Amino acid sequence: MRWLWIDRIVELTPGERLVAIKNVTMAEEHLHDGEGAIPVMPASLVIEGMAQSAGLLVGHASGFKEKVLLAKIQRASFEREAIPGTTIRYDARLVRMDAQGAATEGTIELIDAQDGSVSPMGSVDLLFSHLDQNVAGAEFGDVNFVFGEAFETLLRLSGIEIR
Amino acid sequence: MQRDEIFAKVRDVLVESLAVDEDEVQSDARLTTDLGAESIDFLDIKFQLEQVFGFRVEEGELFPDNVAQDHEYVADGKLTDKGLAALKERLPHADFGELESDPRVAKVPEIFTVDAIVRFCETKLQAAG
Repeated sequence: MRWLWIDRIVELTPGERLVAIKNVTMAEEHLHDGEGAIPVMPASLVIEGMAQSAGLLVGHASGFKEKVLLAKIQRASFEREAIPGTTIRYDARLVRMDAQGAATEGTIELIDAQDGSVSPMGSVDLLFSHLDQNVAGAEFGDVNFVFGEAFETLLRLSGIEIR
Repeated sequence: MQRDEIFAKVRDVLVESLAVDEDEVQSDARLTTDLGAESIDFLDIKFQLEQVFGFRVEEGELFPDNVAQDHEYVADGKLTDKGLAALKERLPHADFGELESDPRVAKVPEIFTVDAIVRFCETKLQAAG
């Protein structure tokens, strides 16, 4: 299994905004790990989906030269859960960015496959660190292990130029 | 903007960023040892201050950037006299009292008290007119 929690980037305004979607399917094991009778997408993985969407936005802004790591979940709130057959739509916006890192704000919507209705699901604000710019001066090598092959495939699939 | 008003805004930023109670944010509280700030929180605080006050904070202006990596400034894990002088010049808002008697690099984050952040914001706002 690949650690990818978005299926496609559907919109990108470089340095400003990235919109991505994830289709939730019954076949995903983690949907069945909860206590309720209805399978739902765990909130932690929804946050990861936003982190990947916003992280790609931040990474793209520096030409994927920086190793962008999720450093802090500033705020996460949910008003609905995602069930199989829905599409999660992540809308990430870059609020601030400097040499050391970036702050993003994001809203999440649910698109229902049955009637195409769109409902707000929640919001997640994040803080990212540029790993190589750490204050301690630690070095992590030349290879950008954050944006590896899986992300390259996703970007290519979404029609986004990587480098 | 009056100092009380600046303090109130700084307190709100620290409450939000560090998840501490309002009454913990006293003027002499140190961001790291008293309020539990970690290195990434400094970036968060910087971003939030920029947003709340509308000024831009340059790299190394509020918190030190690469002093610890400069061999002229650090020897055996301690700041040299030159390093301490450079920090004082770059960060006039910080509280150097204890660092002067114990100049270990690990102690550098402790120079940032709530009052130091308020002083920094006050200076920035005055400069902006």
